[in-house]
Amino acid sequence: MTDLVWLIPILPLIGFLINGLIGRRFPEKVVGWIGAASVGASFVVALLIFLELIGMPASSRSVQKVVYTWMLSGDLNVPFGFLVDPLSMVMMMVVSGVGCIIHVYSIGYMHGELGFRRFFAYLNLFVFNMLILVSANNFLLMFVGWEGVGLCSYLLIGYYYEKQSASDAGKKAFVVNRVGDFGFLVGMFIIFVIFGTFDFVPIFAEAPNKLTYGGGLATAITLLLFVGATGKSAQIPLYTWLPDAMEGPTPVSALIHAATMVTAGVYMVARCSVLFALAPVSMSVVAVIGGATALYAATIGITQFDIKRVLAYSTISQLGYMFMACGVAAFGSGIFHLMTHAFFKALLFLAAGSVMHAMSGELDMRKMGGLKKALPRTHWTYLFGTLAIAGIFPFAGFFSKDEILYFSFAKNPGFWILGAVGALMTSFYMFRSVFMTFYGTSRVDHEAAHHLHESPPIMTVPLMILAILALIGGFVGFPIIEGANVFGNFLAPVFAPAQAIIAHAAHAGSHHASVVLELTLMGVSLAIAIVGLLAARKFYITDPDAPERVITHFPGLHELVYNKYWIDELYDVLFVNSIVKFSRFLWKSFDDTVIDGIVNGVAGVVRSWAGVLRLVETGLVKDYALSILVGLLAVIGYLVLR
Amino acid sequence: MVTLHHYLFLSALLFGVGIVGVMVRRNLIVILMSLELMLNAVNLTFVAFSRYLGSIEGQIFVLFIMVVAASEVAVGLAIAVAIYRQKGTVDVNEINLMKW
Repeated sequence: MTDLVWLIPILPLIGFLINGLIGRRFPEKVVGWIGAASVGASFVVALLIFLELIGMPASSRSVQKVVYTWMLSGDLNVPFGFLVDPLSMVMMMVVSGVGCIIHVYSIGYMHGELGFRRFFAYLNLFVFNMLILVSANNFLLMFVGWEGVGLCSYLLIGYYYEKQSASDAGKKAFVVNRVGDFGFLVGMFIIFVIFGTFDFVPIFAEAPNKLTYGGGLATAITLLLFVGATGKSAQIPLYTWLPDAMEGPTPVSALIHAATMVTAGVYMVARCSVLFALAPVSMSVVAVIGGATALYAATIGITQFDIKRVLAYSTISQLGYMFMACGVAAFGSGIFHLMTHAFFKALLFLAAGSVMHAMSGELDMRKMGGLKKALPRTHWTYLFGTLAIAGIFPFAGFFSKDEILYFSFAKNPGFWILGAVGALMTSFYMFRSVFMTFYGTSRVDHEAAHHLHESPPIMTVPLMILAILALIGGFVGFPIIEGANVFGNFLAPVFAPAQAIIAHAAHAGSHHASVVLELTLMGVSLAIAIVGLLAARKFYITDPDAPERVITHFPGLHELVYNKYWIDELYDVLFVNSIVKFSRFLWKSFDDTVIDGIVNGVAGVVRSWAGVLRLVETGLVKDYALSILVGLLAVIGYLVLR
Repeated sequence: MVTLHHYLFLSALLFGVGIVGVMVRRNLIVILMSLELMLNAVNLTFVAFSRYLGSIEGQIFVLFIMVVAASEVAVGLAIAVAIYRQKGTVDVNEINLMKW
């Protein structure tokens, strides 16, 4: 069965080709179901391979399947190959499973849209690229998927391309990602120079021998790779594109900008865990950036009124948690949170999409409120997602987030404080969005209130499936206690070499599991989540004037946070404007004068010479005959007199 | 006694007449005739050398040249007729579409 791993990415590609090439001939329904079925088929294949993998002994759960040699040139040998191991299987199942659910939802959500076929073609292309990314057995093929998902993200953010803000957001995402990709590329090149191959397995096997622990080279490689990860996974300082990416249709936000693509950076860091383990400095950088992003994005999330932007900042924040987990060497926890986050964040986005659907596209939570009655199913699924992300027992987020917080605490209580404060804010802003949207008095304007309606089953059924996953998804990591964790143990072989390096460096294994500590932290974070809930309830239900009072108390602070710390404006001043100015300079003074000068100069020289030479063409037969004769005589004269 | 030199001399003379005809005459028909004269001057040279050297190859060439000359005249005259229909004249100085 593992031989068929290539089917997993290829099936969505087939869906893309069918919908992209001949989709116009099919009615909407057929196009939608082709899209959903191709991804669903991938999920089935992934599931079968996963079951087979579970049947194998834990130590041999890493199979490579090379389909063919992709590039062969000198020392460079890049196979088109796949790596089947617990990590890639988890990723493939999450991507294809959540992807399939979102495809089904999109059939209802995108109904009647002008570019319906285009949408499904792009969505399938995205899933194909994402599956290539997570299943590749070498860096170069991974990079193909990496760039491919970036392309699809660009295409789908700019889906409503006739809207200026949407096409701008698409470009912004693309350009910001280029910055990160540059780091990834350079890191990859250094890896090739040192190891002479792009394949994961030999690189990670050789890494401890060829790179010194804590050496500059290992640090450089991992930091460069991490730059790539910050771009793709929207971490400080390259996060600014993600909130704007919400211009795309909501299923896109759910699939690409919440559940899958943005987690590619986390996957990459986890995949390169051995390299990161060799560079303690990079690990600290990853943890600090992750923790800082988790807290920072959460503060912005509190002040936003656009429901999708709240979710976008919460995505950035949750990705920060995943990186913090990787940074404290809890790679398994990071991937665990990645998976649960894929469930509940996709759910939240899709539910928000369902709200938009009911509200004729309204996103501003100030114009919502009291929607619970009109949208019962959307309400309780959104509530499930919120409970999960806030980390309330027994929802999925509780398990994964607590694992991360526990490992952070074990590493450095400072990280735990970052995470805990972030968790408090997460709980607050998520319940804020619930209360503003579904509870309290209705602020819906009369026109929209008239059209309020629950979404059709094709949208609510996917919501329910995801809601159930958000409820029970965490139990794969049960019991949460270290060493007894099913999910963690499944992934453990992948990260064992990295853990060995870290344990070796720490000599006497300073990290010792403490059940009491873990249970205490669980209780603390559950308390934190409930405090956030109650605070949000006080602010937005029992005392609706409270937010205003706080704002008038701290006007400057609110202004700062509400405007996202003016980071976008700062980047505009620092980078964008200078690049635009430089480009304008190149355009006006280099392109217009030098390049055009060369082209026009060549043309001018030719033209002036031609002006002289054309006088030879008299149009008289005798002149031509004379020139033939002169030529003939010259040839004969040369031959005779030679 | 008619020697090879006589033939060559006559041939050169005919060729020269042909060249002058092509160069100075303005009537397209006459120019074509002059061209024929030049070709036949060459033919004469071929035949003379063939006889002188006792080789048949020169005469084979002559046959080829006659075929080519015939086709060339056919095409040339057709062009002359076409030009006449267009312009009402066959004066080559009037046919100067290629002029700068």
